[in-house]
Amino acid sequence: MNFVLSPEHEAFRASVREFAEAEIAPHATEWDRKHHFPVDVVRKMGALGLFGLAAPEEFGGAGEDGDFTSLCVAIEEIGRVDQSMGITLEAAVGLGINPILTYGTDEQKQTWLPDLVAGSALAGFGLTEPGAGSDAGATATKAELVDGQWRINGSKQFITNSGSDITSLVTVTARTGQREDGRAEVSTLIIPSGTAGFVVEPAYDKLGWHASDTHPLTFTDVLVPESNLLGARGRGFAQFLAILDDGRVAIAALAVGCIQACLDLSVQYAGERTTFKVPIGAKQGVAFQIADLQVMAEAARVLTYKAAALKDAGRPMAEFKQAAAIAKLYATEAAVTATRIATQVFGGYGFMEEYPVARFYRDAKVLEIGEGTSEVQRMLIARGLGLPVE
Amino acid sequence: MKIVVCVKYVPDATADRKFNADNTVDRVGVQGMLSELDEYAVEEALKIRDGDESGDAQVVVLTMGPADARAAILKSLQMGADSGVHIVDDAIHGSDSVGSSLLLAKAVERQGADIVLCGMASTDGSMSVIPAMLAERLGVPQVTFASEVTVDGNTVRVRRDGDAATEVIEASTPLVLSVTDQSNEPRYPSFKGIMAAKKKPVEEITLADLGVAAGDVGLEAAWTKVEAYAERPPRSAGAIVTDEDGTGANQLVEFLAAQKFV
Ligand SMILES: Cc1cc2nc3c(=O)[nH]c(=O)nc-3n(C[C@H](O)[C@H](O)[C@H](O)COP(=O)(O)OP(=O)(O)OC[C@H]3O[C@@H](n4cnc5c(N)ncnc54)[C@H](O)[C@@H]3O)c2cc1C
Ligand SMILES: Cc1cc2nc3c(=O)[nH]c(=O)nc-3n(C[C@H](O)[C@H](O)[C@H](O)COP(=O)(O)OP(=O)(O)OC[C@H]3O[C@@H](n4cnc5c(N)ncnc54)[C@H](O)[C@@H]3O)c2cc1C
Repeated sequence: MNFVLSPEHEAFRASVREFAEAEIAPHATEWDRKHHFPVDVVRKMGALGLFGLAAPEEFGGAGEDGDFTSLCVAIEEIGRVDQSMGITLEAAVGLGINPILTYGTDEQKQTWLPDLVAGSALAGFGLTEPGAGSDAGATATKAELVDGQWRINGSKQFITNSGSDITSLVTVTARTGQREDGRAEVSTLIIPSGTAGFVVEPAYDKLGWHASDTHPLTFTDVLVPESNLLGARGRGFAQFLAILDDGRVAIAALAVGCIQACLDLSVQYAGERTTFKVPIGAKQGVAFQIADLQVMAEAARVLTYKAAALKDAGRPMAEFKQAAAIAKLYATEAAVTATRIATQVFGGYGFMEEYPVARFYRDAKVLEIGEGTSEVQRMLIARGLGLPVE
Repeated sequence: MKIVVCVKYVPDATADRKFNADNTVDRVGVQGMLSELDEYAVEEALKIRDGDESGDAQVVVLTMGPADARAAILKSLQMGADSGVHIVDDAIHGSDSVGSSLLLAKAVERQGADIVLCGMASTDGSMSVIPAMLAERLGVPQVTFASEVTVDGNTVRVRRDGDAATEVIEASTPLVLSVTDQSNEPRYPSFKGIMAAKKKPVEEITLADLGVAAGDVGLEAAWTKVEAYAERPPRSAGAIVTDEDGTGANQLVEFLAAQKFV
């Protein structure tokens, strides 16, 4: 049994932390306030190799050296200073690169991956629709094969990295027919940015993740070549379920970064802020809450890196899926609690946007929602236990 | 082309600094790191190597320091340098710039180098003399405080920003070059770089390997000696000027003038 990261993962953590402190932290408040998506920082994250940690060398990735654990380290450390840039990285790899890498043909990989891995392009993953969120199988977007081309009609919503200046494509799930059992046949298609009829609607006004790029998308008679089918026809549902398993662990890593930020900020503040002539950290009422923050950070971290280690070790899918859902559920709910505690430690200042804890407080909530809500995680875990849950 | 980069392992300035009983800096019992200013030298070397058309250019990092100083080499290798040389020997303890430059020069000679790259100063001793001493000992040109470097075959052209003027200087290899923190933006080690560094060779050498007698370096041979040191006194409360009658600005200026700030 091994509960410590390798020296190389720790060295990488130090490197990403240095990067995050220098290139992201000083600007995070301003980007948040202005709802600014910093494309140049995405490129810098690319230069540091963050998008290629789980990609083969031929596409510019880390190849054999890389692993899922190192990706989690990167997401945690970026997320520790800025959740928006953390989700940008998480979605770029987990939802943008991963489907193409896992299901793409050689030609699709050659066409799209080098720029995505370099961080000079981003891809979005469009699964959620106005009428299909947790119930993703209820996809209403349609694609028909007409004269060797897919004609796509429908809409998607809440799609991350889908409308930035460097977004090169979105992969979308769509109904491509009916299966023998009467259920919809769902497939995945690649839609390049700028294709006629593919409209990226204005960005959402969100509670948090202000510097992350999220849009509704509409498709009106969008035509793409037949070869833009990603993976086998009719496998769309199974594909995104597998993609989301990885994504859950990555979101858990983002939550760990959030909890760690709450802990670091609270420890510092509780040592500096004085009331009744002593630092507030001298009061058990404050100190004990901060002690709880460390317990949450450690517990969430262990669950997250255990799930990542299972994936890296190639353990059976059922075991990994269960660990992924457990890590996501615990880490994200702990993150929401941690931001509540941290803002409390900061008192009135915690409610002021001048202090990063206020930003983390707003950013944390969505962790319990994206890539499967907490309820969905509980459902998956219960099913994994063999319970006849609906 | 071979580029030797001299990198120094220094105590982390954010951690507590300690001194030994002999008034030397404690370089063993404290958290240390690659001197930040030397990251610019490493980056410049990597840029020169990667821009070299022959394709056989290599970057060797050289450090002199205790066993822990290997961390400075490792970080440079993680950034992308090809191999490392570590001068490590008990007799080195307490060496001043004269002794340090002697050992570094011997090690450079042993390697053979077209370009010796240094930082503009170490972040602990910060005398900025090692590059000049090295050049003198090696008998090659010295071009220091370069803010921009271009290499064209055997010719190295640098921009040197001074207070009054900017100079452009040209010199031919072999030479010693030191670069400022304006010269480039040092890269952060990537995971690929970190993994690759594990397999890169680091040679440890001693005084004997360099043909230097123990008596020529170390505390005894040093031309300078730290007689005493004192901790910086804690910051005093400072003066607060309350502007009650509109003379606050004058009081501020008087204070600054008295402290000789204006
Ligand atoms: C900022 C942001 C970015 C996003 N990025 C992407 C993206 O890039 N790509 C993408 O495809 N999607 C994205 N999403 C969508 C996200 O995955 C969905 O919002 C999420 O899956 C929930 O779906 P929904 O919003 O339709 O909620 P609903 O499914 O309508 O759920 C509403 C509530 O009902 C609960 N619920 C639903 N079904 C059950 C059940 N069976 N049992 C118990 N409780 C249930 C839910 O847990 C929730 O509390 C993003 C969302 C946000 C907010
Ligand atoms: C006041 C004072 C007290 C000192 N006390 C001690 C002491 O207690 N103990 C002690 O051991 N030494 C001591 N020294 C010596 C000093 O720390 C260095 O070993 C030596 O003088 C190098 O000078 P510098 O650090 O100022 O380097 P600089 O001349 O400022 O360094 C310029 C460049 O030279 C290169 N370089 C410098 N040192 C090395 C190195 N070791 N390995 C590889 N490259 C290098 C780097 O590229 C660096 O950027 C002291 C020096 C001074 C001025």
